[in-house]
Order: sequence, then structure tokens, then C-alpha cells
Amino acid sequence: MEEPEQGFAAGRHTCRPGILPGPTRVSSPQDDTWNWCVYLGHTMVLQPSERHYGDWNHRRLGPWCSPTGSPAPLSCETGCGEGSWILVCRLLVPTQVSLLSMEEDIDTRKINNSFLRDHSYATEADIISTVEFNHTGELLATGDKGGRVVIFQREQESKNQVHRRGEYNVYSTFQSHEPEFDYLKSLEIEEKINKIRWLPQQNAAYFLLSTNDKTVKLWKVSERDKRPEGYNLKDEEGRLRDPATITTLRVPVLRPMDLMVEATPRRVFANAHTYHINSISVNSDYETYMSADDLRINLWNFEITNQSFNIVDIKPANMEELTEVITAAEFHPHHCNTFVYSSSKGTIRLCDMRASALCDRHTKFFEEPEDPSNRSFFSEIISSISDVKFSHSGRYIMTRDYLTVKVWDLNMENRPIETYQVHDYLRSKLCSLYENDCIFDKFECVWNGSDSVIMTGSYNNFFRMFDRNTKRDVTLEASRENSKPRAILKPRKVCVGGKRRKDEISVDSLDFSKKILHTAWHPSENIIAVAATNNLYIFQDKVN
Amino acid sequence: MMLSKGLKRKREEEEEGKEALAVDTWWLDPGHPAVAQAPPAVASSSLFDLSVLKLHHSLRQSEPDLRHLVLVVNTLRRIQASMAPTAALPPVPSPPTAPGIADNLLASSDAALSASMASLLEDLSHIEGLSQAPQPLVDEGPPGRPTGGAPPSLGALDLLGPATGCLLDDGLEGLFEDIDTSMYDSELWAPASEGHKSSPEDGPGKEEAPELDEAELDYLMDVLVGTQALERPPGPGR
Repeated sequence: MEEPEQGFAAGRHTCRPGILPGPTRVSSPQDDTWNWCVYLGHTMVLQPSERHYGDWNHRRLGPWCSPTGSPAPLSCETGCGEGSWILVCRLLVPTQVSLLSMEEDIDTRKINNSFLRDHSYATEADIISTVEFNHTGELLATGDKGGRVVIFQREQESKNQVHRRGEYNVYSTFQSHEPEFDYLKSLEIEEKINKIRWLPQQNAAYFLLSTNDKTVKLWKVSERDKRPEGYNLKDEEGRLRDPATITTLRVPVLRPMDLMVEATPRRVFANAHTYHINSISVNSDYETYMSADDLRINLWNFEITNQSFNIVDIKPANMEELTEVITAAEFHPHHCNTFVYSSSKGTIRLCDMRASALCDRHTKFFEEPEDPSNRSFFSEIISSISDVKFSHSGRYIMTRDYLTVKVWDLNMENRPIETYQVHDYLRSKLCSLYENDCIFDKFECVWNGSDSVIMTGSYNNFFRMFDRNTKRDVTLEASRENSKPRAILKPRKVCVGGKRRKDEISVDSLDFSKKILHTAWHPSENIIAVAATNNLYIFQDKVN
Repeated sequence: MMLSKGLKRKREEEEEGKEALAVDTWWLDPGHPAVAQAPPAVASSSLFDLSVLKLHHSLRQSEPDLRHLVLVVNTLRRIQASMAPTAALPPVPSPPTAPGIADNLLASSDAALSASMASLLEDLSHIEGLSQAPQPLVDEGPPGRPTGGAPPSLGALDLLGPATGCLLDDGLEGLFEDIDTSMYDSELWAPASEGHKSSPEDGPGKEEAPELDEAELDYLMDVLVGTQALERPPGPGR
């Protein structure tokens, strides 16, 4: 097999080398089974694969320009080195790749419902750290440890492709946060995206907040499909013309161009958090949002970046007295003055900003008394709440601690109304889980659109769903083996003791390095996104 | 006997530092029926060591995960509370729930280890732990020298690296007066303030535990060697 020529390709599939004028979608023509497409952001270039053919492979390449700088034309002749990721689907059938224009009538959208990164090149930077649908479910954003954000867009339905409705394609990729070095404290600030939250759409552009440990950024994602041509002072390549050579004037006209999706940082909210940001939440007034770290919660106005209001501060005067930290926070979906925050001691506080400027005194305090029969040295650790989410209705909150998911009624503070066991078979293994630090894993939880089903992740790439009405629950697995397109997920079962049935997996065979911490549920349909380390799986209800 | 088996296994467990889920640690799980009969002191001891190790590791991070730290410290407090009656003193029998076994445990341990544990617990109960990371204890395994009465007042901040450690000696707060040093102001990171508050006869900063020096020296040596390597080709060692 000959070496692939320099260019944008994997294996034997090359696209013609050339200049890419910025974010461009490179894709292969459709075929009946699997397909692949490659999205190139203005900072990334695909490295041709050297070893795997018939299968794709890619390498990490460096950015060609700063994420906030203007896209520079990319040329494969300038060479490829170590660098950033391209997001691709798994290729099974070799096809020719060519530069795709969005207007071309090639149906290249038959993309399987998972975006898998090749194992052999998986790096830690690709571990997905947050997943979030926007308010309509049209877009799905993921953030990873490398500070990148990838946005997927749902395909429009078409009459002749009904069975392929609703698949998600990569829409935009950008570098949201870079690693920083705090010289004063000799500390490196991780670029890992901790959370992404969308703003509701108010015009043609999309806005989202993304945050790492210290800095929140507001990003604008917009499309450009027209380009002005016919400038007087600039020539076609953008170079300035000598005014002396200009003899006539013309009016620039807008001409259609290949669709470009641009992401630009509109606001940077920095220097307000001493400790690590764990949550951000957009207020229902759409004018403010909050960011929470281990000890403080700040309220921001979207327009003002150099000032924030501190609304919760649990830092003790003497840090030796520190026994509790904030683990998650969220605004009420309808009441813009109300929010909740959870703690490492398993408590939830509901606060009303109208009561006082500094919400150190809660309006409500939710805590379940400890079950004496389950008491152990690890009681506190497993009671630490890793996620708190309001129901869409605003009547309930859901909390996730290490072994359970609990649903609380806002009107009842002394105990949850529902408790669901996620993986109770781990209760007897807590010491080992403490030893290998798994007991500190922070799982998230999500509601479905109608608040009737809740979902959360577990180990061994398992995730669990609980139907609140029927009280039924199911365990599913997100794995490569099960990830053929349109494959139906089979329920899984963990065998806790005694005879293990054929399809069951025993507790001791569970892989604790494969944890599903982040999941998302489409706001109105039964489509879920599940992040399994560095892979993203999108599942939807079987369509009959 | 059950106890001696337990002892042997516990050392194995920690030396290997297994990642995999070990079902055979049943004797540590309070939920297990067999353990319910065993005295808590047995479980606590190795769990205590493990927790101390975690605390040490957590504090060594350039920017510790506060949640992890707080949870480990609180767990350590719980364990300490369950051990305190026997371990706060050097092996003197005093009856908690199962005095005989606690005695055996301490008696059969390395004498130096138990003495260090005693002083360690004392440190913890006095200071409530965060700034007095007993890291020399954990670093060397059973330490040859007891930590003694004066805890290393340099403590946690030095673990952050020599850069900060060098500035520690005095006037740290003065250096950063106009800068938000809440990370340093907190007792977590700045035992210098702790040192100011506590008795000056401790000679804060002066009495450096040899292990701390070594860690600092190692780091400095690495930096120096790295720089030297850049500046001139490696020749015969000086």
C-alpha cells in the first residue's frame, strides 16, 4: 500500500491537497452502510494515517492560529506536525473523499449514531468532560479535557430518508480554553471544560457558556454562507491595494460561499474564582448566570465581565474549620430569584436572592437522615452529592450521590420522595473503591423532557434509566461492540452473587476505568447522548 | 488466627497498591458480617494509613482538589475518633470496644511506627490536620525517626514546591499584600501564618524535617540539571 500523499486523509482516502479557506467540511460520498466525514476547524488539520488502511486513524496536530485569531488559510504543503484532533466517524468502507460544499446535492449525511475515536490514538485530552443539548435539541455540545468544544447539529428530516431522521453531524469545533499558567501561584490551570450551558436562541446565532476551573467564556456560534466581494481597497486575496491604482469605484456584492460555521468568544469572565468552578447555570431571565466553585457562588450579568456579585460564600474564617464544600448549583427553571446548591455532606440548600444580597442563609435545607444500618467510615463520602438538577417543571430536584439518585419535592425538606439504587452492589466494595479513588467519581444525572424518566451513568460503560411512573429500571451499555448503526441496545444485568446467568456480568468483572459520568437527554424527544471516556454515543428510541 | 491473617494481608494490600477491585478486603468492609464482630480498631488502622497517604497525595498536588481533600480529612477524623482511645497514647491498654485486640495491634507493630502514629494523631487532634500534613511519615514508610513533639511547621505549603517554599521563611503575607492570596492565606496552604500564631519557640521555618529538605533539594536539582543540560553538553561529572 503506497504512502498516502500529504493532504487531508486517512489511509488511502485522500482529498485533493489545497487551501482550505477556514472551517470546512470534508466528507465522503454516502454509501449504504457506514460513512465518514471529517470536519476541519480553522485550527486543525488532519494528519494522514500512516499505519491503518481501510480504517481511519488520525493524530493530534497543533493549531495553525490562535483560537481567537482570524482563520488563516491552511495549506497541506506547509506540513503537518503534532496537533489537534479531528472528529471523525468510524470508516469501514473506503470511498473517495472530496471537499464538500454545503450546497452540493450529495447526501453525505448518513452517519452512524456514534462518534468514535480510534483507540490506539486515544489521548487523555480527548476524554469528554461535559455533554449538553441546547433548548431545542437541535444542537448537542461536548467539551473535553483538551479544552475543545465540539457541536453537533441534528439533520433536518427529509421525505426520502425517513429512516435516517434525526442524526447528528459535527457542526462546529473550536478550542474554548487553553492551558494557562498562573505565575503568581506557580500553578497550571487546566483547560478541561467542566461545563457547557446553552443560552436560549434569540437570533440566528447560537450562544453557549463554557467553563474550565477558573474562567467562563461566552461563545457565539454563527453561520456564514455569503461573502462580500468586490472591495475597492482590498484585492481578491485581501491585500491592500495602492490607492493610486484605483480608478473606479464599485459596490461590493454578497456572493454565496461554502457554508462556514464560526465560533467567536464574545465575553470572557475571569478572575472571579479562587477555587475550582464546578457549575454554571443560566438564569431564567436570560440576563444573568451563576458560576459556583468549591466555596463560593458568583452571579454575573452577561454584559459585564469585570464584575460579579458574590451570592454564596461558605469559606470559613479559619480554613482549618473547613468541612464542607459546594459540589453543584443550579437556577430554578422558572423563578429567576431561586437557586439550589449541593454540598459534599449530602445536603441541598435552596436560596432566594430576594431575601438578601448574600445568600448565606438558605430558605430551605434538604437533608436525609443517615441510615444507621448503613453507617461506615465512608458514609460521608458516598453521601457527597455530585450533581443536582431541577426537573423541567421546577417542582422537583434530583440529586446524585455515589450509590443512588434521589428525587426531592421542593416542599419536603426532611427526606427525598424517591430513591433509586444505581449500583448498590458496590456498597460492600467501598473500601476498595476508596483505595483506588473511584469513590470520589462524580456522576451526573438527567431528566427526560417530561420528567418521567431519569438517567445516570455507572461503571463498565453502563448507564441506568429509571421510570418514575412504572418504577421500572434498565441498565444499558455504551460500547463499541454494540455500536453498529441502528443496533438495538440490549439490557444488561450485573450478577451480585450466586450463580451467574449467561448474559450477566459479575461485579468483580466490572471495569472501573470505564465510567459514564456525563449524559444528556434531548429536551423533548427520546434521544440521549452518552459520553464514555473519549467516545460519544447518541441513542434514540427505536422508530417503528 | 483471624487477626494475624488480617495483619499480613493488610500490608500486602498496601504495598501492591492494587487498582483492581479486591473482593478479599472483606475484613475492611464494615458491612460484612464477619467484620461486624471484629473490633473497629483493626479496620481503622490500615484505613488510617491509607487515608493519611491520600491526604498526603492530595496536598502534594499543585492545586489540590478541595472536595477530595475535605472528604479525606473528614474520613480521617472519623477513623481517628474510632481509634483515639487506644492510639493517642503509646501502647497503653485502655478499653474501647475491644481493648485486647487494639493492644495486640499496637504491640505487634513496629515500635517506631506506633510512636509516629501516636504523635501523628496528636498533631491531627491539635491542629485538625490540614496544614500539618504528616507527609514525612508516609513518605518513608515506617519512619526511622519519630516526628517528635514539634510538628514540621512548614507543612503543606512546602509540598507545593520549592518556589513557594523559599518564600516561606518570613514575610510571606507582606510579599503579597496587594494580591489576592486567599489560597495562601487559608490555613490549608500557609502554615507560615500558623507558625506565627503558634508558639514562636518552634522556630517556624527553621526546623526543617530532613525529608522536606530532600524533596526540595531533589526538585531544585532537577531544575538545575535540566538547565545545565541545556547550557552545556554533558561532560564528566563534577
